[in-house]
Amino acid sequence: MYQRGARISRWFLQALLILLAVVYLIPVYLTLITSLKAPADINLMTAWKPPAHPYWASYATAVSKFASSLKNSVVLAISATILSAALGSINGYVLCKWEFPGARLVLPLVVFGMFIPYQSILVPLFQFMRRIGLYGGLPGLVLVHVVYGLPITTLLFRSFYAEIPDELLGAAFIDGADFFGIYRWLVLPLSGPPFLVVAIWQFTQIWNEFLFAVTLARPAYQPITVALANLAGGQAVSWNLPMAGSVLAALPTVVVYVLLGRYFIRGLLAGALKG
Amino acid sequence: MRSRRDQIMAILVVLPSLALLAVFVYGFIAQTVYISLTDWGQGAALALKPEIHFVGAYNYRELFTGFLNVRFRQDLVNMVFFTVMFVAASLALGLFLATMLDQRIRGEAVFRTIFLFPMSLSFIVTGTIWRWLLQPRGGVNVLPSLVGLPPASFLWLSSRDQVLQFNWQTLPYFVVLGAALVLVAWGLWSAARRRFRAAALTGLPGLVLLAWALAGGATQLQTLPFQEPHGFNLALIGVVIAATWQMSGYTMALYLAGLRTIPDELREAARVDGASTLQVYRYVELPLLAPITWSAIIVLGHIALKIFDLVFAMAGPDNAPTSVPAILMFLTTFRGNELAKGASIAVILLVMVSLLIVPYLLASFRTGRA
Amino acid sequence: MRTSKWLAVLVVSVTLVACLGAAATSAPLSGKLEIFSWWAGDEGPALQALIELYEKQHPGVQVINSTVTGGAGVNAKAVLKTRMLGGEPPDTFQVHAGQELIGTWVVAGRMEDLSDLYAKEGWKSAFPEGLLKLLSTDRGIWSVPVNIHRSNVLWYVPDNLKKWGVKVPATWDEFLAIAPTLKAKGIVPLALGENWTASHLWESVALACLGKDKWEALWQGKLSWKSPEVVGAWKTFGKVLEYTNQDAPSLSWQQATDMVVKGQAAFNVMGDWAAGYMATTLKLQPGKDFGWAPAPGTSGVFMMLSDSFGLPVGAPHRENTLAWLRMLGSKEAQDTFNPLKGSISARVDSDLSKYNAYLQSAAKDWRTNAIVGSLVHGVVANERFMNDFATVMEIFLNSRNPEAAANAAQAIAIQAGIGR
Repeated sequence: MYQRGARISRWFLQALLILLAVVYLIPVYLTLITSLKAPADINLMTAWKPPAHPYWASYATAVSKFASSLKNSVVLAISATILSAALGSINGYVLCKWEFPGARLVLPLVVFGMFIPYQSILVPLFQFMRRIGLYGGLPGLVLVHVVYGLPITTLLFRSFYAEIPDELLGAAFIDGADFFGIYRWLVLPLSGPPFLVVAIWQFTQIWNEFLFAVTLARPAYQPITVALANLAGGQAVSWNLPMAGSVLAALPTVVVYVLLGRYFIRGLLAGALKG
Repeated sequence: MRSRRDQIMAILVVLPSLALLAVFVYGFIAQTVYISLTDWGQGAALALKPEIHFVGAYNYRELFTGFLNVRFRQDLVNMVFFTVMFVAASLALGLFLATMLDQRIRGEAVFRTIFLFPMSLSFIVTGTIWRWLLQPRGGVNVLPSLVGLPPASFLWLSSRDQVLQFNWQTLPYFVVLGAALVLVAWGLWSAARRRFRAAALTGLPGLVLLAWALAGGATQLQTLPFQEPHGFNLALIGVVIAATWQMSGYTMALYLAGLRTIPDELREAARVDGASTLQVYRYVELPLLAPITWSAIIVLGHIALKIFDLVFAMAGPDNAPTSVPAILMFLTTFRGNELAKGASIAVILLVMVSLLIVPYLLASFRTGRA
Repeated sequence: MRTSKWLAVLVVSVTLVACLGAAATSAPLSGKLEIFSWWAGDEGPALQALIELYEKQHPGVQVINSTVTGGAGVNAKAVLKTRMLGGEPPDTFQVHAGQELIGTWVVAGRMEDLSDLYAKEGWKSAFPEGLLKLLSTDRGIWSVPVNIHRSNVLWYVPDNLKKWGVKVPATWDEFLAIAPTLKAKGIVPLALGENWTASHLWESVALACLGKDKWEALWQGKLSWKSPEVVGAWKTFGKVLEYTNQDAPSLSWQQATDMVVKGQAAFNVMGDWAAGYMATTLKLQPGKDFGWAPAPGTSGVFMMLSDSFGLPVGAPHRENTLAWLRMLGSKEAQDTFNPLKGSISARVDSDLSKYNAYLQSAAKDWRTNAIVGSLVHGVVANERFMNDFATVMEIFLNSRNPEAAANAAQAIAIQAGIGR
């Protein structure tokens, strides 16, 4: 009796999950079929019908339209991710293992920086960027993303490094290692997983960011989000293009998630469960 | 063993980062606050050297009480409603999905990926996709016609219908009332824990405030000389759906991992004591998930309060029914050339986010010390 | 002796400088020219044609085409303003002629006066006087218009009107008389799109209710927004709105035009870029597949708007910009650009044979009609007013209360420095 009830509820559960998964995938379905329609075939009434003949030209056009902004995004996201992860790692190491007077006070002040709405620093920011001559290009955007990425990277590394027992460090001291020695030979070799988590997080954040991108980059250095928003928000939209563009813009981060998602979740939890 | 040299080295290593954050976060915030207290060039805001006069809280007063800033007030209301609904929906859906996936389901990894992948998208992508789905004469509205029913006609993003309306004039009264009740509750809580000094410090002012409010004192705090209805714009439902689609996978992942950390012995022990499956869930598992819920509220809440790109891509910057302060700041600054007013909106936004974040930061770093 | 010696030195140096100056202008230009605009998509080819013309005239100059589109033009403004605030102007940028330029950039001292250029090129007689008035302040002329669009145009499909048995309304009263009949047939009398198109409709209604002189008085601060005439305009606007489509805010202007083309709606008030959309994108024949008339009650008045380029103070390649502006004002450039863009030349001497049927009729009106400026497209009011006017429109759309809208408009006019 109990067994059968369990089996039925199991079937029911499985069916419900499949249904929900379908619902979650509806936007993907619609995006893909719309991106494969010729502009003339796009009709609100037949939005749900797949195209009779896939119209690959949407993607060819989208690729040529977005080539330069995709390149910008790649350069931006990769360099800013590497830099902010490296800085976050060394900061996390110091704030975790080399507490200096006032460090307890500094940490919440640092972490606060990751929650602020960027509107509240936007105008002074671009005036400052202009003054130091970094306004408009990719180096400036990289700097901005590195700085505003510091709070989260520092916090994540710090919570990872808290797991490294202090006794291990003590032993290293006895062996004569100094500040950098311990980092180089003890901490860094243990930092693989946190680097992966931080890199996934930062890469998606920077790749997906819009406000800085739209205000701080000259047209030639626009990242993909701005290019997509411009295309989709422009006049006379033929929807196959924004949809193909969405697929292109989404692809890198989706691939990262599907391949590395489990590390990412593990990393998120390290923070969340403690908090 | 730790040499002084190493200790100094450690400080030198973090110093550049701290200096950058001091400038980029606190320095710039201070500058924005300063701009918000001036008139910043008035009509000629874009001059190289604008004429600047200090005007005190004028911009803030205007935003909350000037009759032309009705859009700001509605945007603020939109933001609060959006935040509450989006966070609640994401938590509920995430918990539901996690609970189901926790039943050792077949193909769990596939489901997890499907529910989680929207989180990796940019809000711009999500907004673009959902704009297409929520076209009034297409998208989900024509779904019923696939099974022969007449198509729906809900104006997803542009409906002007409003529910849960209230009069802006009554807001100060309820704010005072709420504050008084919180203070009184805090006082009672302290008294119950025999912390009488703290109880007196919070409870007594609370009682005074409460008495004043109930006696009608607070009703005189009318900010507007006229009635002004605000409420929940139905047009926001579409934005809530899109945002929930994107972020519920995150709460699911958190809850799922939380459920997995609950030792099976605990569940077994409860079952042995005669608890039903539902009871185990209600009395064993849910309480253990509380800390996760809190951190999810913080993370989702601050995203919701700051929401900008999603609405920008979904409904455009000019669609008032779905507008939020972050967008209004953008328009006021870059289209209206009112830098000072834009800065004021940004500061108000920052204060709202801080109300959520600061208590959390204080609490979590205090327990960290313990 | 002494004085004459100094005089000689002065004369020599002046001639030297003059020669150098002449040499500088006659020598081939080099370096770069960055052109900032929001023209892309359908308008891209027209801009490209201009750039090609420029490159042919000045092969030594490398043109950088900086286009920012999207966000209903807000993105372009955000980028331009961050650059200008940062003190890094492009060599020249696209801006709506009139107060959108003057109220933002001229009052801030960020533009150079182009009076000399106008005098040297003889543009004061090449452009109509009404246009020059809108481009100038008492301190100078601030930009070179490349095109003229008309805001107050009513669009329809002649065959459909015949089928439904209605005539093109000459006044809004006539429109309101035929609208119920159309509505009863299940046809939307007037197609409307997103928020700014409501304001666009408003300016045609207001022009009809006020007439040319009072419309101008409104923007000179001589007519109060609370006056019965303006309140009356809001009232009429409210009545007209009753006959528009429910889903307007979610439609782009093209989709609103589509409703007319597909026979779902009878009329549409839109700027004459709609003609370009129907003729070029939808491949319809002007005059046959679609027809046009001045918006009801505005016959004989041409409500214009114009894209123009100016010379920002501190432009990195000033000479190249001046050459660009000189070219833009020429007959050749205007007649190259406008047939592609779907607009008409600002000059009164353009070669009409290059234009299609609609544009020819518009050009004829341009030369004979009274000229007034558009509100929504930046001619008569500064950006602050335009931005706040969206809020006024919001207040009206929510409350449908003409007095409330008029009061709010008066308040923003005072704040923006227009009203008294």
